[in-house]
Amino acid sequence: MTTEPPVSLGIPEMPPPDYPAEVRARLEADAREVIARYPDSRSALLPLLHLVQAEEGYVSRTGIRFCAQLLELTTAEVTAVSTFYTMYRRKPSGEYQVGVCTNTLCAVMGGDAIFEALQEHLGIGNDETTEDGRVTLQHIECNAACDYAPVVMVNWEFFDNQTPESAKRLVDDLRAGRAAQPTRGAPLCTYQETARMLAGFPDTRTGAVEATGGAGHASLVGLRLAKGETAPGRIVSPREGGIAPGAGGEGEE
Amino acid sequence: MTVAAAINETSPEKVLAPVLSAFWDEPNSWTLETYRRHGGYEGLRKALAMAPDDVIALVKDSGLRGRGGAGFPTGMKWQFIPQGDGKPHYLVVNADESEPGTCKDIPLLFANPHSLLEGIVIACHAIRSNQAFIYLRGEVVPVLRRLHHAVAEAYEAGYLGRNVQGSGFDLELTVHAGAGAYICGEETALLDSLEGRRGQPRLRPPFPAVAGLYACPTVVNNVESIASVPAILTRGKDWFRSMGSEKSPGFTLYSLSGHVANPGQYEGPLGITLRQLLDISGGMRPGHRLKFWTPGGSSTPLLTDEHLDVPLDYEGVGAAGSMLGTKALQCFDETTCVVRAVARWTEFYAHESCGKCTPCREGTYWMVQLLRDIEAGKGRSEDLDKLLDIADNVNGKSFCALGDGAASPIFSSLKYFREEYERHITGQGCPFDPALSTAWAHQPHLEVNA
Repeated sequence: MTTEPPVSLGIPEMPPPDYPAEVRARLEADAREVIARYPDSRSALLPLLHLVQAEEGYVSRTGIRFCAQLLELTTAEVTAVSTFYTMYRRKPSGEYQVGVCTNTLCAVMGGDAIFEALQEHLGIGNDETTEDGRVTLQHIECNAACDYAPVVMVNWEFFDNQTPESAKRLVDDLRAGRAAQPTRGAPLCTYQETARMLAGFPDTRTGAVEATGGAGHASLVGLRLAKGETAPGRIVSPREGGIAPGAGGEGEE
Repeated sequence: MTVAAAINETSPEKVLAPVLSAFWDEPNSWTLETYRRHGGYEGLRKALAMAPDDVIALVKDSGLRGRGGAGFPTGMKWQFIPQGDGKPHYLVVNADESEPGTCKDIPLLFANPHSLLEGIVIACHAIRSNQAFIYLRGEVVPVLRRLHHAVAEAYEAGYLGRNVQGSGFDLELTVHAGAGAYICGEETALLDSLEGRRGQPRLRPPFPAVAGLYACPTVVNNVESIASVPAILTRGKDWFRSMGSEKSPGFTLYSLSGHVANPGQYEGPLGITLRQLLDISGGMRPGHRLKFWTPGGSSTPLLTDEHLDVPLDYEGVGAAGSMLGTKALQCFDETTCVVRAVARWTEFYAHESCGKCTPCREGTYWMVQLLRDIEAGKGRSEDLDKLLDIADNVNGKSFCALGDGAASPIFSSLKYFREEYERHITGQGCPFDPALSTAWAHQPHLEVNA
């Protein structure tokens, strides 16, 4: 892991080193394939930044220069874009990115407690990486899974309905190299392999698309009710205070 | 609100109407084979036999309105595309679902991606576009995987590519993964992002229909809007209009989340009420009562238990002083501190403000400072009016709707819960115990029904 050099004013940084020739040749072939998907080459910039992140695990100066050369942009233009988006890492980070949703709904449902527990358990703060290089911890914004709150994402696969205990077990498994199965999504691959999918290269692992089935349990509750497969709510959830079943929602006094 | 308030319908079979979600429970719901077995791509067959303008007219007559939040009529958006202008036309599907609370497009795409793909082909036929994009937020790799798969299946089956189903119509579809920026859900910011730039909104006019992607006529539609189109083709506009109201017809996905007994997706006609949804789904979690909720994500003004009977359609929620938005019904019970909730949303808006305009960039930052102080018991009584004043300078004065959204929770929470803010100030701290709000706080506490 590199450390930031001391701040120096005056002489500008030297251009970053190029990729080794064989890496460059491989990335260039991938990049040409991505660029061909768009009527205008610049549209390929976000996927190309994912691609260079797939190579090194973060967007390095070498990666930025590579994108700039292929799209005929300046490194300043590419840097401006890459620093705008939160998914591009600016420093080497862990193999598994563990993101705890701490937006309001997940936070209230326990996301704050999970995030706190993980910081303590791992001994690291937000956006820091464990010494073994396995886990980078982050608090993340709403990930469109509020009906599964509190939610933890690992390399952008869903781990739904977490508790502090389940989240601690999860990071222990990741650090010990034990398989961790998402609630919705495919068996975990490394952060770099994930980034390659984001660049537009489909997951070719057998069973990856099928993994965890059609829909999660919360996605199906309405459908099951509509099909008469689940008993109506009043049986699922007994009420307090002797309000007659079916007399109204629980939102009223 | 009385317990015995009149409720017209309480049987789930009658309240709900699964269309997009109708076969999500099948083991391979995301495959082309399953989709076709349930009538998939029949709507496309009908559409390709129709003149493009007739498809636009049908969607317009159906009354389908945008499901991404604004509720703009979908057919009208399509009609705005100038025809015979010699320029390429583009369809861009907004799958950047990031509004806090909103969680409908992601499960839809995970379980049934072909409904979106069929809608895309129909829409492109209608607006004469030969190139479409799905702009998917990057943080949902399971969905990206299924979209890649579905698109490959559709090419293989001749629903995409050269000469779609022998019609002579060509269509290329690219799945594009974003990289983490809420603002890219704003349609012009999304277009800038898709052009490989920082996602910052554009000045309108010109609107995307005239100068959108690459300055060409472009339709930007939400996932659920486009995915709803095939059913309209197959089953007709009268069927669609048999649900919902005159101005808000059709079916939609309601996403129930928070302190409810059974969070999840509930598909039904527009205009059903939160009371009906809670009734059929088991209500709030046992022993607790509803305190406040959002009808359509954090950008829509909060409502309270006074609003349980508001029809959840564009007009009904509007009349109650909020917006239908994305139908993200986040329900919070009496254990939740409204100051904490609003402070956290405001931190989100400050984080996601793109920095282009001053009211939003500075205002959200200032509001966060005030809210953090109030939550921590360090607020002063004049801070509440200052907060309102800043929110007023962000709302309607920002470059895009992100600023309006940031002001919404502040205005509405101060309207309904000002006294709770004051208690934080006079009591010099938060009177709530966050442990009681968690999903694992199973023990109902005693003063609930006091």
